[in-house]
Amino acid sequence: MDLNFTTEDQTFREEVRSFLRDHLPSGVRHKVLNGTHLDRDDYLAWQRALHARGWGGPSWPAEFGGTGWTPVQQYIFDEACAEAGAPRLVPFGLKMVAPVIMAFGNKAQHDRFLPPILAGTEWWCQGYSEPGAGSDLASLKTRAVRDGDHYVVNGQKTWTTLGQYADWIFCLVRTDPEAKPQRGISFLLIDMKSPGITVRPIITMDGLHEVNEVWLEDVRVPAENLIGEENKGWTYAKFLLGHERTNIAGIGIAKRELARLKRIATCETRHGQPLLQDPLFSAEVARVEIDLMALEITNLRVLSAEAENRAPGPEASILKIKGSEIQQRLLELMTEAIGPQALPFDRDAMAAGYQGDYPLAAYARTPTWQYLNLRKLTIYGGSNEIQRNIISQMILGL
Amino acid sequence: MDFTFTEEQNMLVDTAERFVSKEYGFETRNRIIGSEAGMSKAVWQGLADLGLLALLVPEEEGGLNAGPVETMLVMSALGKGLLVEPYLSSAVMSTRAIAALAGAEQRAEWLEQMLAGTLIVAFAHDEHGARHDPLAVETRAVRIGDGYLLDGRKSVIRHASQAGMLLISARVDDGIALFAVDRDTPGVRLATYPSVDGARAADVFLEQVYLPESRRLGQGDSSDTLLAVLDTGLAALCGEALGVLQRSLDTTIEYARTRKQFGVQIGKFQALQHRMADMLIHVEQARSMTYLAAVRVLDNDAARRAAALSAAKVVVGEACRFVGQQGVQIHGGMGVTDELDISHCFKRLFAIEKTFGSALDHLDRYRRTLAA
Repeated sequence: MDLNFTTEDQTFREEVRSFLRDHLPSGVRHKVLNGTHLDRDDYLAWQRALHARGWGGPSWPAEFGGTGWTPVQQYIFDEACAEAGAPRLVPFGLKMVAPVIMAFGNKAQHDRFLPPILAGTEWWCQGYSEPGAGSDLASLKTRAVRDGDHYVVNGQKTWTTLGQYADWIFCLVRTDPEAKPQRGISFLLIDMKSPGITVRPIITMDGLHEVNEVWLEDVRVPAENLIGEENKGWTYAKFLLGHERTNIAGIGIAKRELARLKRIATCETRHGQPLLQDPLFSAEVARVEIDLMALEITNLRVLSAEAENRAPGPEASILKIKGSEIQQRLLELMTEAIGPQALPFDRDAMAAGYQGDYPLAAYARTPTWQYLNLRKLTIYGGSNEIQRNIISQMILGL
Repeated sequence: MDFTFTEEQNMLVDTAERFVSKEYGFETRNRIIGSEAGMSKAVWQGLADLGLLALLVPEEEGGLNAGPVETMLVMSALGKGLLVEPYLSSAVMSTRAIAALAGAEQRAEWLEQMLAGTLIVAFAHDEHGARHDPLAVETRAVRIGDGYLLDGRKSVIRHASQAGMLLISARVDDGIALFAVDRDTPGVRLATYPSVDGARAADVFLEQVYLPESRRLGQGDSSDTLLAVLDTGLAALCGEALGVLQRSLDTTIEYARTRKQFGVQIGKFQALQHRMADMLIHVEQARSMTYLAAVRVLDNDAARRAAALSAAKVVVGEACRFVGQQGVQIHGGMGVTDELDISHCFKRLFAIEKTFGSALDHLDRYRRTLAA
């Protein structure tokens, strides 16, 4: 048994860290480390910087312009980026639709869609969930009817994250309403500029516009934008969900946020001593740190097991459940650490570079909105209840 | 032993609940929290007209002289409506402080306006860095001629911008005193911001604020009264929490009964049934401790009183967290939107848990009584 990375992997980590030191813009780094909201350009600029280094597709095979890294290297890269304060890679193109296009798309689709994802010039969004189809995704109703060399699409998608920025949406649509729910679904790529598409913001409880409803009304989609075969979409959808789950534990992010929690708890005091030395509070920090330690090793075990077979199995559900709970707990403890300063909630004061008349410490301005915002972690990408169902059924065989 | 309420108390609940359900719907409340002032004068006047602002006012000043049980019941009814008006700060804490400390002339002047709804008084005690250590007051009042000069900063004061007058605690030579400071007094500056739950709060900066003697409440050290007022506020806050907790549970159960996935109501899934059963247990445990707080808040033994109230805040605070978080979780994606009740309940429960000390702060306080 050896818990250390190989010498080659450690050298690789140094290479990544060195790149981050030289190329991660300090402005965006500052935003990430302080929990400030990122905008479209922050994400895209980072994708372009990675692309320039040849690292635009850390999870992609080399034949499509990716790095061809092993799962361990990908993990090391993700962790180093998160710890350094790099923005997360926008997953919708890179980690969701791209693997589907590679595996099931044709040559023309590879050539048309993959390069702009890598280069950070096209933004994708996900058209999966519908108002009546959340956890029960297969009950989706958006209809696509073939009309000559087009599909005509009608329906409504929801929870479309950052759809307001998107150039393209990948959609699950029902092409055979007579078949069993999973059998009649197809996978379509749709240009967001198509007539008949309306994007409506959904404002979340933190006051942000991060998710949307996407309405499709008689949207004409060229049949060449169908991925694979008609009515086989559910297979591709499940394949995508498998890929969505790589790096789902968010170890690097959790380590970064743990460090931030400790910084805050060093500045705040109770009974005249730093909160991090307070017996009750430090015990809570210790507990989450230990929890994270265990998850990190569990994650490495899953990585090792999948070294040959890239798509992770149902064990990924363990990583999703624990990873999301740990991140939520870290933010909860940050709001605990800042005490009464967790109550003020001024969106302007949370923006980077705010110079106004706001009486709180800079580190106290963002934990509350993040705490509200991260309630989504245990809900999206398959709610933690669904993940527990997967564990009971697929691992325990119940 | 008797856990029933009197007929008068039940009528009070009826009055408050009817007012809230009639005058404080979801849309109305959204308009109010989105407005510049962050509160509704009409609602405040409505509370005055129903006599609810007179609840804690002594009979000599025309009030109802009601006790902590009535306060708890009214706060719970207002909590069900997620009321953002300054009831706790003005009608409970400031009224209680004035009734306990103020001289005859002061009482006559202030309480009459307060119960009529024409004067809002914000209770401005908390300070930056005090972490709810109740007597950690650094704001100073220095005697000068026939008055005082106040310097200091009060932090995260709810409703300060809506109040005509602030009750400010300050250190004096012989302890802590309370001062009544008109908001527009020279030297008083407010940095106002929204609170996470939609109410307004502010940091209050005091720089060389001159006050005549007539603006001091009481003589000598008022620390004991201050502690009693803070405990009154904490007990009342627990009452409000009960209302919000109940609304959160009700709206979650309703959602679980109507939302279908996999062809059935999600409330049929045992995993969620058990979760909602746990929510109910939290609400009932919180109710028990809120009752305890309402009874013990009159205890003259400050240490015993503080221990009971801290115990209540631990149980209520943990209920706020569990019920809020799980209520959102069971609502799924809809739970994180601004569109439904539950996220607004969640934010108020979050704020309640952080007000007057978190569950962890009070666990710490309670823990310290064990060895004493």
